[in-house]
Order: sequence, then C-alpha cells, then structure tokens
Amino acid sequence: MDATHLPEVTAAGVIIKAVLILAVIAAIAGFGTYIERKILAFMQRRYGPQHVGPYGLLQLVADGIKLFTKEDIIPQHANKIIFAVAPVITAATAFIALAAVPVFPDFTIPFIDVYVPSIASDINIGILFVLGMMAAGLYGPLLAGMAQANKWGIIGSARTAIQFLSYEVVTGLSILAPIMMVGSLSFVDFNDYQADGTWLVVYQPVAFILFLIAGFAETNRTPFDLLEHEAEIISGYVTEYSGMRWGLFFIGEYANMITIGVIASVVFLGGYNDFWIFPGWLMIIGKIAFSFFFMLWVRAAWPHVRPDQLMWLCWKVLMPLAVVNVVITGIVIMLVQ
Amino acid sequence: MYEFVAFYIFAIATTILFLITVMSKNVLYSMTSLAAGMVLISGLFFLLGADFLGVVQLIVYVGAVMALYSFAMMFFDATKDVKEKHGNSTLVFLLGGLMALVFVVMFSAPIIGENIQALYPVGLAENLGVSGNAQDVGLVLFTKYLVPFEVAALMLLVAMIAGIILAGKKMDYSLTECEASDEELQKEIKKEEA
Repeated sequence: MDATHLPEVTAAGVIIKAVLILAVIAAIAGFGTYIERKILAFMQRRYGPQHVGPYGLLQLVADGIKLFTKEDIIPQHANKIIFAVAPVITAATAFIALAAVPVFPDFTIPFIDVYVPSIASDINIGILFVLGMMAAGLYGPLLAGMAQANKWGIIGSARTAIQFLSYEVVTGLSILAPIMMVGSLSFVDFNDYQADGTWLVVYQPVAFILFLIAGFAETNRTPFDLLEHEAEIISGYVTEYSGMRWGLFFIGEYANMITIGVIASVVFLGGYNDFWIFPGWLMIIGKIAFSFFFMLWVRAAWPHVRPDQLMWLCWKVLMPLAVVNVVITGIVIMLVQ
Repeated sequence: MYEFVAFYIFAIATTILFLITVMSKNVLYSMTSLAAGMVLISGLFFLLGADFLGVVQLIVYVGAVMALYSFAMMFFDATKDVKEKHGNSTLVFLLGGLMALVFVVMFSAPIIGENIQALYPVGLAENLGVSGNAQDVGLVLFTKYLVPFEVAALMLLVAMIAGIILAGKKMDYSLTECEASDEELQKEIKKEEA
C-alpha cells in the first residue's frame, strides 16, 4: 500500500466501508459459530454439525431461522428497557471498535470511482480508541445480568465487573511497551514500523503473551469464560435471553474476537506488510484467521479458571510482569538512543 | 455545519442523561445513564479535536463507573426502586438552585468578558516537528504542569496504599479454596478477632 498515492477519502467511501464492515463481519460472526463447532468437534474426535447441507454448512441458516423465529421472552420482574438495551450495547460497541482498525485492503469501486479506504475512520489514537470501545462493550453483559432479576444473571454481572477490573490494567500496560517503541498510537504507524520484515513480537515477546492472555479475558473466551460458564451459573448473564437478543450477544463476541485478532496482527505480527511472495492483504487475513483458530484451539485444549484464580493471575502475576516489561523497555530505549 | 449538529445532539443527550442520573429512583437507570453520559462527553472532546483526551475520558470513566456498578450490585436490588429519605425538600431545592446559579455565573463570567484564550492550543507540539494529541498533552504535562502532575501521582499512590491496608486485613487465606462450612468460618473469624 503506497502512502503517497492514496486518493482522497470521501464521505461516500466511508459509508460504503461502514456498511461493508457491518455486513461482512456480521456474516463472519455467524459463520464463526459453524467453524467453532466444527473445529471443536475435530479436536474432540466428533463430527460436529453434518446433517444440514453438505458438511453441515447450512447449519448456519438453520440456526439463523431458529434465532429469528424464537419467542422473545422478557421476564416479568425484569427492568425491561435495560434488558432490551444490553444486547445492543455489546453488538454496537464491537462494531464501533472495528471502525478504527484496518480490516480489509483499500480499493476503488470501478465506474462510479469511489475510493473505499482500509480504515473507516483513521484517527491518530486508533489503539486507545479500539481498546476503550471494547471495554465499553462489557457494559452489555453487566447490564444484562443486573436487569433480568435472576440470581444467575447477578452472579454473571458481578463476574463481569471483577473480570473487567482485573484484565483492563494488563491490556493497557502490555500494549504500552510496543507503543513506547513505535512512538505513536496509530495502527498505520505500527504497520510502517514493521515494514522491514522484523515483527514487533521479536522485540516484545512478553508483551505479546500478556496481550493475548488479556485478550482472551476481554472476549470472554475459555479459559476466562467466567461470565456464562454453564457448569457453574447456568448461562450467567444470558440466562433469561432468547431469540435474536441472545444472538446479538454472540455477534458482538465474535466481532470482538476478530478485533483482538486484528490488533494482535497489526501491533505484534507485522501488520499488512508484504511477506516473501504473499501480498499484504493475504497476510493480514491469514493472521486474523490464525488468531481466530488459536482462540478455538485454546478452548478445546484448556479448562476454564475460577474467578479468584483470574484475579490472582491478573493482579499478582501479569500486572507486575507488564510493569517490569515497560520499565526494561524504557531503559533499553534510553540506552540505545 | 456537521459540528454544530453533532454538538447540539451530544449536549442535549448528555444533559438529559445526567438529569436521569439525578432524578431516577432506580439504581440501574441512574448508573446506566451516568455511564452513557460519560461516554457521550467524550464525543464533545472529539468535536474539539482533542482525540486523546476523548479516548482517555472514555477509558477512565468506563472503568470508574464499572466499579460504582459493583457497589450498586452489593447494596441494592437493581430491579426495585430505592426509597429516598427527603428531609427538608425546600432547603435542598434552595441550596441546589443557589449552587447551580453560582456555577453558571462562574463559568459565564469569562465569556461575557470575551477573555477565553487557549494558553496551550491543540497542535502545540507541531512546532517541535511532532504532531498528535498525545504529544500535545505530554508536552504540557511535563513542562508547565510537571509539579501538579507528580503531586497527583503521589496522591494516587497514597490512596492506593491506604486502600490496600484497609481491605487487606483478612486476605491471608483464600475463602474460595476453604472447605469449611459457613458456621465454622464464622467461628474462625471470631476467634481471630478475639
């Protein structure tokens, strides 16, 4: 991608980009459930979905019909407004976060000559914006659990609060060390910094691992799926939800998985630079797909942790490690300069 | 044009949300409108070109209000209205009104005098060859406001240590891993207190 010859970004281009992100990511989020079930099945020596369509591919359509036609139940004593708003918060913040990350390569639509940029809104503090928006997304589970007048829901939202307060510090501190090295908060600068082929993960392996762990907590994936762990608290914050409201939570969760994948790829794994014979757009899609697969892999391989273990891990192990990492990075940068 | 429309949308929405925060008797409505108002205020920062401060507002207040939520969860039933104690409502109304008036006069005084000038406007760091909001904020924080910045850091450290000392009395053993029943635990705690 040549920074010097980029056409002007117009309002039409941004709107087309926004619609594109919404359509494609929502579709991928739906398709993600199929991939998740299939991969988990193969890892556990099962078949997974295979009756609807070839290889069970149309399971997605069947699930969609089920979700849309299911009765939308709102419990009698629930706080109805908050109950209805909560799933929208999760889905909306997940997509707003995607506005500031480079998702697809940029291209120009032929005939009408509209340039569609790679990032819908290229603000120069992209990383902070995405992390802040994903943090705001945690209000979805929190409000859902508190509004539904259900003990399991309350436990789910209490776990949301402690999980948020635990991992948020680690996310910020772990990503601080790469930010210090690059000297910018923009995704484009991170990508250009790694243009010579040396990925930042080489310099910052500790920060990368810390960010991955915090990312798992941020997206509520196993081993940190405390909010809805069915063996302990039925379904946690989604206990009383049904139909498309339930579906919105999952679209948001899968969109967040993709966002974490994008951040990990751009910040630590070389971004959308060309690599050997592979073009940049293929590389970034490959990296995002791998990080998606990695999350499923971990889910199949690891048991989940208890809330007190999560707090112990975040506050007593990861946070000191992240602080030490930041201090060492600072000293090294000072010495090198 | 866009900025005017966006400003009025953000301003009106923020005011209404904070009104709900004060007026509502339901904990859930109050907390949610507080959080939403805080998020919308960051929109005003973005409109002024202070992207960095906007995002910091977002991150800090999302976390802060989340902590408030957890207290609300411990002390109230979120689905029921809170019964408020009204002592002398005339006095409350008068004092509140007076405070509001004082604030309006305070903040509108420089507008009337047309004396509002940005001492350190956005784009300050561009003179030094680096651009960006974070650089602007850093430049001002580590030159003009270095002492207040460090004092604030020290205060936060003191508050953190005090918090740890207040909360950390019975943290020697993990309650989750303890296999004793509740009654046995109560006895154990009483024994330690005695």
